[in-house]
Amino acid sequence: MSHAATHDQHDDHHGAPKNFFQRWCMSTNHKDIGTLYLVFALLMFFIGGSFAMLIRAELFKPGLQLMQPYFFNQLTTMHALVMIFGAIMPAFVGLGNWMIPLMVGAPDMALPRMNNLSFWILPFAFTLMLSTLFMAGGGPAGGWTMYPPLSLQSDSLAYVVFAVHLMGISSIMGAINIIATILNMRAPGMELLKMPVFVWSWLITAFLLIAVMPVLAGAVTMLLTDKYFGTNFFNPGGGGDPVLYQHIFWFFGHPEVYIMILPAFGIISEIIPTFARKPIFGYKAMVFAIASIAFLSFIVWAHHMFAVGLPMGAEIFFMYATMLIAVPTGVKVFNWVSTMWGGSMTFETPMLFAIAFVILFTIGGFSGLMLALVPADFQYHDTYFVVAHFHYVLVTGALFAIIAATYYWLPKWCGHMYSEFWGKMHFWNSVIWVNVLFFPQHFLGLAGMPRRIPDYNVAFANFNMISSIGGFLFGASQLIFLGVLIHAVWFSKKKATDRVWEGAKGLEWTVPSPAPHHTFDVPPVIHDDELAHGHVND
Amino acid sequence: MTSGGIRRSFTAWAALALALFGGVAQADPNPYQLNMQRGASTWSQVPYDLNNISLGVCVVIGVLVFGAMFIAMFRFRKSRGAVAEKWSHNTMLEIVWTTIPVIILIVLAYLATGGITSWSDTTGSQMTVKVTGYQWKWRYDYVDYLGKPISKVGFMSKLDTQSDQTRQLGSGMDPYAVKVGDENTYLLNVDKPLVVPVDTKIRFVITGADVIHSWWVPALGWKLDAIPGIINAAWTNIREPGTYRGQCAELCGQDHGFMPIVVVAKSKPDFAKWLAEQEAQSAAPAAAPAAASTAAAPVSAQTAAAPATAK
Repeated sequence: MSHAATHDQHDDHHGAPKNFFQRWCMSTNHKDIGTLYLVFALLMFFIGGSFAMLIRAELFKPGLQLMQPYFFNQLTTMHALVMIFGAIMPAFVGLGNWMIPLMVGAPDMALPRMNNLSFWILPFAFTLMLSTLFMAGGGPAGGWTMYPPLSLQSDSLAYVVFAVHLMGISSIMGAINIIATILNMRAPGMELLKMPVFVWSWLITAFLLIAVMPVLAGAVTMLLTDKYFGTNFFNPGGGGDPVLYQHIFWFFGHPEVYIMILPAFGIISEIIPTFARKPIFGYKAMVFAIASIAFLSFIVWAHHMFAVGLPMGAEIFFMYATMLIAVPTGVKVFNWVSTMWGGSMTFETPMLFAIAFVILFTIGGFSGLMLALVPADFQYHDTYFVVAHFHYVLVTGALFAIIAATYYWLPKWCGHMYSEFWGKMHFWNSVIWVNVLFFPQHFLGLAGMPRRIPDYNVAFANFNMISSIGGFLFGASQLIFLGVLIHAVWFSKKKATDRVWEGAKGLEWTVPSPAPHHTFDVPPVIHDDELAHGHVND
Repeated sequence: MTSGGIRRSFTAWAALALALFGGVAQADPNPYQLNMQRGASTWSQVPYDLNNISLGVCVVIGVLVFGAMFIAMFRFRKSRGAVAEKWSHNTMLEIVWTTIPVIILIVLAYLATGGITSWSDTTGSQMTVKVTGYQWKWRYDYVDYLGKPISKVGFMSKLDTQSDQTRQLGSGMDPYAVKVGDENTYLLNVDKPLVVPVDTKIRFVITGADVIHSWWVPALGWKLDAIPGIINAAWTNIREPGTYRGQCAELCGQDHGFMPIVVVAKSKPDFAKWLAEQEAQSAAPAAAPAAASTAAAPVSAQTAAAPATAK
């Protein structure tokens, strides 16, 4: 690095540094950092997934077979923290890092050094958090929501709080970078309302991140001072209020769940037009729907708290606000279907995952609507019905979108086509087993099985066993995904064309495959026909 | 007779469907139960109906939307020679599919609002029971019944011994063998149930002693968090005598899954008899264990504060 003074910087344009440490640890290149994020997310996906396998193994039949209840609680807590903060969020940041500059015609992210820092915080944050599993008192076991007073009983609280602080700093820096890139680095002619929907979805998501991550940091800091510094924010014995924490947490938590789904909406809005060979239906409505969902996310937080005994007026307000979300979400689903209507469709793996997303995410949306109805929620709340609901929106929603995006852009990243046969094997196995895994959980919840329990009455045995079998096979199916990725990156002989997909539109497809280390050194000329959403003027 | 056979099989199917989706006749939960139970209180029909109506609405919308998708996937395939059209707008259609969901939502919101209003009204109750959540058991204190204060009737209620032994890691005992009569009660039975009268509006005041718990008996139609420092209020009016089982529904530590709730509803005369026995027991000086367990007896100031939080 020392020789890389200003004059020698031009050398970088010929390619990536050869030295492994220089290339990956000191990278300021959006593509390399994007790859780092995605590889990290994949690793965390398998770690979080292994926790889920252990959970499903314990729940395979009634009676405790494998572990003590306290360890089970650590697993459910860690599974959520790892999947949310380690897998889903970094995967979206990775996709944003890789694709946003390519989609808006920028040479790199606006703040490349901060980009490096925001990634390299994450491995340390997760080492800190996962290390608690090997400590004497065990890991956090109070659920990922960390409700006091229960979370204050945990010996590992400080580790988790500092890990959450680090993740928050990383997310905020990532979000600032994305906003700065989108607002300042677009190629001439790439007006805001000509941007791909994926870019729009990330712009809005980034604002959500900046708004709510500090709130989470504040909430967990109050936990920390309550436990170690004698404050009583949440301790009723000292005049505090445990419910205050829930309000603060969910003011973060609800926008957070949209942080995990809005970029997925963006991805699906790129993939469906490509494989339907037809412009996205209602581009402006799509953008507006994302923005209104983001706005609504700030005024619905207490629907996670219907059972804490809110005043009646508050329950009614939060119920109405929550139900309103169904309108823009419905618009998005109808628009995706209309995009397909009258198209000329082919069904490559990314499209298959996108279609599965639309159907299964909508099922998750339906159960979300049911959960919004307060009297019904009095029964559903904290049961497996809720577990089924959020896994439909997060696994078959967010995760399927990430997988779809990976298949969609992988040829652009590595320059080779993945195996379509094994991609489809991965798809069919995933889509079948994920439903065997999660659909019966609706029935369990309706029959009265609470969530976060390691053991249950024998009446719940049948569906738990079915669910566990689905879980094991869904988990195993993801090894196919790993195989497909390894094959495509290192072994595939089939070169990808620049366009990759016949119907693909947008700037990212105008650069060679694999995308060179530096792209758009000279701003591209924007042709409106080239934009994924077609003309937006009419 | 053929028609008789058809009628019989129809009745059998209807009974099965009713059992699976309605869940009225059997004790809940039961294996392969698919839907929420109707419940046993005057209010529990509300969530049950809302559940069925909203599920029905979702199924209809789902059939229409997914149906359109599958038709599109079949008709507009490139392999069938479909040529992509160019349109990407249809204002009329967009207005329609924004307006119709709004109308459906207004109807659902109207129904749900009525349900919340009736649930929140704890006035006019004839009995008060204080429920306190502990790690990991429940405490029930009887406060008043038919306008008369009850003194010193209160007890802890925790997982029954048989379930507790069976649930230990490596116990080698069979969860299927934990039974009361024909009913499997593994993890759903307690040493001492809450006994209440039927046809009585009972107000529960619910709080937590250490961490947050949630008191949930599905047959009553609701759950409510038991939070330290806060007293929540809710009510029920049970229609039929019986035994109703539930569980703690808020993660409260290692034995969260092992603190069930059992409510035994008795006819009014039976309940009066039971209550008199309890009062006599606690009055007798020999009943030392009962006296010990009333150490954390209700403070009347706390229960007086309850209506404030219910509003």
